[in-house]
Amino acid sequence: MAILMESLTRRNHGQNAEIEIFTHEPASLDGELMEVSMGPQHPSTHGVFRMNVALDGETVVKLKPVFGYLHRNHEKIAEGASYLAAMPYTDRLDYFCSLSNNWAYALSVEALAGITVPERAEYIRVISAELTRLVNHSCLIGFLVQDMGASGTPLMYAFREREKILDLIESLTGARMMCNYMRFGGCRCDLPTGWLDEARKVVAEFPRFLDEYEALLSSNEVLLARTQKVGVLDAELAVNAGITGPMLRASGVNYDLRKVDRYGIYDRFSFRIPLGDHGDVYDRYMMRLLEMRESVTILEQALKSIPEGPVIDPKAKIRGFRPKPGEAYGRIESPKGELGFYLISDGSANPSRYRIRPPSLINLTVLEDMCLGHKIADVVIILGSIDIVLGEVDR
Amino acid sequence: MEMMSTNGSTDEGLKSELGRQGIVVSSFNEIYNWGRRNSVWPMQFGLACCAIEMIATTMSRFDLARFGAEVFRPSPRQADLMIVSGTVTKKMAPQVVRLYNQMAEPKYVIAMGACAISGGPFKQGYNVLKGIDRYIPVDVHIPGCPPRPEALIHAFMTLQRQIDAQVLTGVARPRHLNASAPSEFPIPEFGDHDLLPSHNREVWKAPPGRSAGEPSE
Repeated sequence: MAILMESLTRRNHGQNAEIEIFTHEPASLDGELMEVSMGPQHPSTHGVFRMNVALDGETVVKLKPVFGYLHRNHEKIAEGASYLAAMPYTDRLDYFCSLSNNWAYALSVEALAGITVPERAEYIRVISAELTRLVNHSCLIGFLVQDMGASGTPLMYAFREREKILDLIESLTGARMMCNYMRFGGCRCDLPTGWLDEARKVVAEFPRFLDEYEALLSSNEVLLARTQKVGVLDAELAVNAGITGPMLRASGVNYDLRKVDRYGIYDRFSFRIPLGDHGDVYDRYMMRLLEMRESVTILEQALKSIPEGPVIDPKAKIRGFRPKPGEAYGRIESPKGELGFYLISDGSANPSRYRIRPPSLINLTVLEDMCLGHKIADVVIILGSIDIVLGEVDR
Repeated sequence: MEMMSTNGSTDEGLKSELGRQGIVVSSFNEIYNWGRRNSVWPMQFGLACCAIEMIATTMSRFDLARFGAEVFRPSPRQADLMIVSGTVTKKMAPQVVRLYNQMAEPKYVIAMGACAISGGPFKQGYNVLKGIDRYIPVDVHIPGCPPRPEALIHAFMTLQRQIDAQVLTGVARPRHLNASAPSEFPIPEFGDHDLLPSHNREVWKAPPGRSAGEPSE
């Protein structure tokens, strides 16, 4: 208030006086730090995540994340269950992308037991995983923009598109969110009649939604002001911290498991990996939009060339499945980053160790580095741009 | 205006006769319940997977606004309805009860999904509460993992019917009009192995033939 009064009185003395006031150092106003506990119930923490933030005025000087509000003992439960019985639990890891979680788990069990997958099933897996990526990225952008104050419209558009894709997923798997669709050696059931035509229609219409989104948001004054140069993550820190997925690529590191591992049949499709320059929130936002366009190209190619045939390896055992002793790590490029399952088998019907590498949790480890020096309002956006799902962070 | 409710004591024939002449007759009970059931504001509070379906319910296709519930308030002080949407872990349970206590009466709870009503698929886990109704009174339970948006809408309509059926005076009057009924419930604390107490005796009883999961006293 005192500063305001001063600026009002000194405004009459010419322009220079005003500039002097706004650049003056607040060091003389040294006060105590304020600690704010954001969460676990907070509209922008994307679930039950909590941050203890120490603030100097509005500036973040320290940030401590508090986890565990959604720790559901996934790994422990899976170690007590048979291999197949853990599949439904993987749905509930990252509940936006249950199909890609299924795939990562199936991939690691297939590596453990040496099971092959028929070609049609590989295509179905690619199609379902890319559809999931579209759902995840479009909703993420909706939530991110809502955190900036655009309440409603962009999120509504995203959920409108999500419903169209969920209709496809529901007719394929029987469930909207918890699909439990993949099996070791393939998929649970074949595509319903006419599904491919429906899917082609949805995929063909999707770029229109992306154009609409870009026209609304990408050059929006508020979005540019809030996101550019905010939450910068440099490439070196990103690599050292083990960041993966769109966050890593937004920092300019060309690393995408679909190109690196070429798991499944990703080597058959031509698609590009978008890369960012600055590693700020805007780049991470843009990364999602560009990745959706690439997903659409993959989907178009896969829907065109999907062959006929069985969807599950007839030799794959469903009941009494006991892989030989050994260990395996299967990983995929899930929409959030590298999702991996590490399994140790002792020859019994359930895994002796079952470990998940959750991309959300590991991407969250650099939250403090990105937030320091920014305002408390930016913390919300930086957190939003990481794309966390608490089911995966806490497991 | 058409009468929305029929549980009052006004004569239906007289009502429609007066209605034709542009006069609305109603009881205070009806107007009160009609007003309240059409503006139930939920709290913006998601726990797990079900929260996504809760958001989907408010979005374009399902549009919870048709039922007067589109205003999600981030603060419990401004909310009438808590939708417990997802797994309540033992770390989270005290916060959920605290949030419920902070809500102003009249307040309602919908337990959404298998986890919130019983622990669901994670029931065997060491960190999952076996149903939020152990600590706070729940008005509507919805099964499903997660329940579809239609199921949440159905639960919401069930809640509206419950509100509509309330009689404002007498022994059966709702909690917020009864000064002796509790509106806050004890917040559980972390014990050595588990939350203490394991449930609130006022709101929950173990089903017959089952132990409540706490050592006998």
